[in-house]
Amino acid sequence: METLLALTIGALVAAAVYLMLAQNVLRFIFGLVLISNAANLTIFLAGRLTEGAPPLIAEGADMPAGLVANALPQALVLTAIVIGFGLFAFAIVLVFRAWTSLGTLDADQMRLAEPEEPRA
Amino acid sequence: MSWLLAVPIAIPFATAVFAFLLRNGAAGRWVSVAGSAALLAASAVLMQAVLAEGVVAGQMGSWPAPFGITLVADLLSAVMVVITAIIALAVSVYALADIGPAEERLGYHALFQVLIAGVTGAFLTGDLFNLYVWFEVMLISSFGLLVLGGRAEQIDGGVKYVALNLVSTILFLTGIGLLYGMTGTLNMADLSIAVDGADQGLLTVVAMLFMIAFGVKAAVFPLFFWLPAAYHTPAFSVSAVFAGLLTKVGVYALIRMFTLVFDHDTGLTHTILLWVACLTMVTGVLGAAAQGDMRRILSFHIVSQIGYMVLGLALLTPLAIVGAVFYLVHHIIVKANLFLIAGVADRLTGGTALSRIGGLYASAPLLAALFLVPAFSLAGFPPLSGFWAKFLLVKAALEIEGWVIAAVALAVGLLTIYSMTKIWAQAFWEPHPEGREPRLSDLPAGQRWAMLAPIMALAALTVFIGLFPEPFVAFAERAAAQLLDPTDYVETVLGDRG
Repeated sequence: METLLALTIGALVAAAVYLMLAQNVLRFIFGLVLISNAANLTIFLAGRLTEGAPPLIAEGADMPAGLVANALPQALVLTAIVIGFGLFAFAIVLVFRAWTSLGTLDADQMRLAEPEEPRA
Repeated sequence: MSWLLAVPIAIPFATAVFAFLLRNGAAGRWVSVAGSAALLAASAVLMQAVLAEGVVAGQMGSWPAPFGITLVADLLSAVMVVITAIIALAVSVYALADIGPAEERLGYHALFQVLIAGVTGAFLTGDLFNLYVWFEVMLISSFGLLVLGGRAEQIDGGVKYVALNLVSTILFLTGIGLLYGMTGTLNMADLSIAVDGADQGLLTVVAMLFMIAFGVKAAVFPLFFWLPAAYHTPAFSVSAVFAGLLTKVGVYALIRMFTLVFDHDTGLTHTILLWVACLTMVTGVLGAAAQGDMRRILSFHIVSQIGYMVLGLALLTPLAIVGAVFYLVHHIIVKANLFLIAGVADRLTGGTALSRIGGLYASAPLLAALFLVPAFSLAGFPPLSGFWAKFLLVKAALEIEGWVIAAVALAVGLLTIYSMTKIWAQAFWEPHPEGREPRLSDLPAGQRWAMLAPIMALAALTVFIGLFPEPFVAFAERAAAQLLDPTDYVETVLGDRG
């Protein structure tokens, strides 16, 4: 299971880097979405995988009996997903605004804030 | 004691809520000023506690460390919070004149206060994942502030700023995941012990991820491109607070992680930092020399100055860390002030493009004098604060016989003067190309003082640090001693474990 997830993360990162190298800013954002999911999976995997053992503590006990799943990485990933959702919602709206007000999504042509110096 | 640590984060959040509710009237801006003043008071109390008792730590929700979220303040954190509060107060007063009702209705003051909350949170947290959360708080509010108003130029700068900062965030998150997988903890104090048992080679790989992630935030070479693309586009108050605080959070995170956690292979990590520092200083200052717009010149100077701070961290001698801490504090004051002055120059002359403005020296000599203080301080003229900051760092470089490093640091200082004289000659000395005579008295009295008072206060602070550097250097020495020997930090955080 670990190997499979590690390969998935690798494939996600590869696809994301490919997308992020594109000139089109929208592709770049899609690449970011993919790579952020790869990061989330990394955290999940870093907490080690435990099958079929929910982290439940019996009534009256202080500690779970036996080996249970690590709940912390799941909490971290959940936080990261929520934050990521907010950021990407903003990023996609921003790219849409860029399309309407600049008329292009080609990264090389977005020079309004950094105009080319007139050549002497 | 934990409330002491939570208050500087809670105040700006509470202020943001009220400022948002009152965004349709004039009350919102005063709420923002009052909140910043309260933050300054709270940070002064925190500073006093840290000075008296050493490191202060508190566990949120009473979960003992390393399981719960720890807030912790050593001298570096405390001074960063104080300086954040000073800048917040200065900028929120300045915003009374700089930010119009349209931007206020869009929630400028609320976003500004959330940004301040994110910055203080990042300085005070003792947990790595919590640091990530504060980075995000800071990031999302800075996105909002950057594109507020939605001019095409802002959107263009915003896309680059957002894209590259998101990449850095994801690298940071991946680093957190890998570090957690290796050590099983994310509490920074606990990490500084736990990394000793980890695979040292893998640890260096993770250290590199953090170096790149924080390097983007701090805008070091070759990761700085988002900064000069975006910092000259938003409102002047926004530029000033970004220039003063945001990159410095990245530098703070670098200093924190590479003294507390990643000090296992300084031969590799800190040598890379040394190269990065020198190249950052040089590219920043050369970039500035090529620009023709006041705010873009200043933006490139941020990059160049970040190099000095990273240099202090890279040398990692006691004196170098003292220099880095001193530089950090001095730079925040000076840089924010220069952007505030650029805002007044823009108001008076109608722009910041140097070829289209001028005449400020003849008609607004007060502004010219106020510009000279931070400009000379940035370049390192005695007796201003920048002189002592550079003096400490160059001395630290000479102590370890790093002749080239010292030469680079001094040469970059000279080139800094070059682009400062460029601003001086074209914006202040030359007559205005359209023959305008921009006078400060043209501004309505209320606005004039709202803009000039914070500039004067920050300039006075620069001069004060320059004339009486002794207590500040002594303070930086104590802060550096804490950074280089984190025993007190670790024991205070983990002490509650019992």
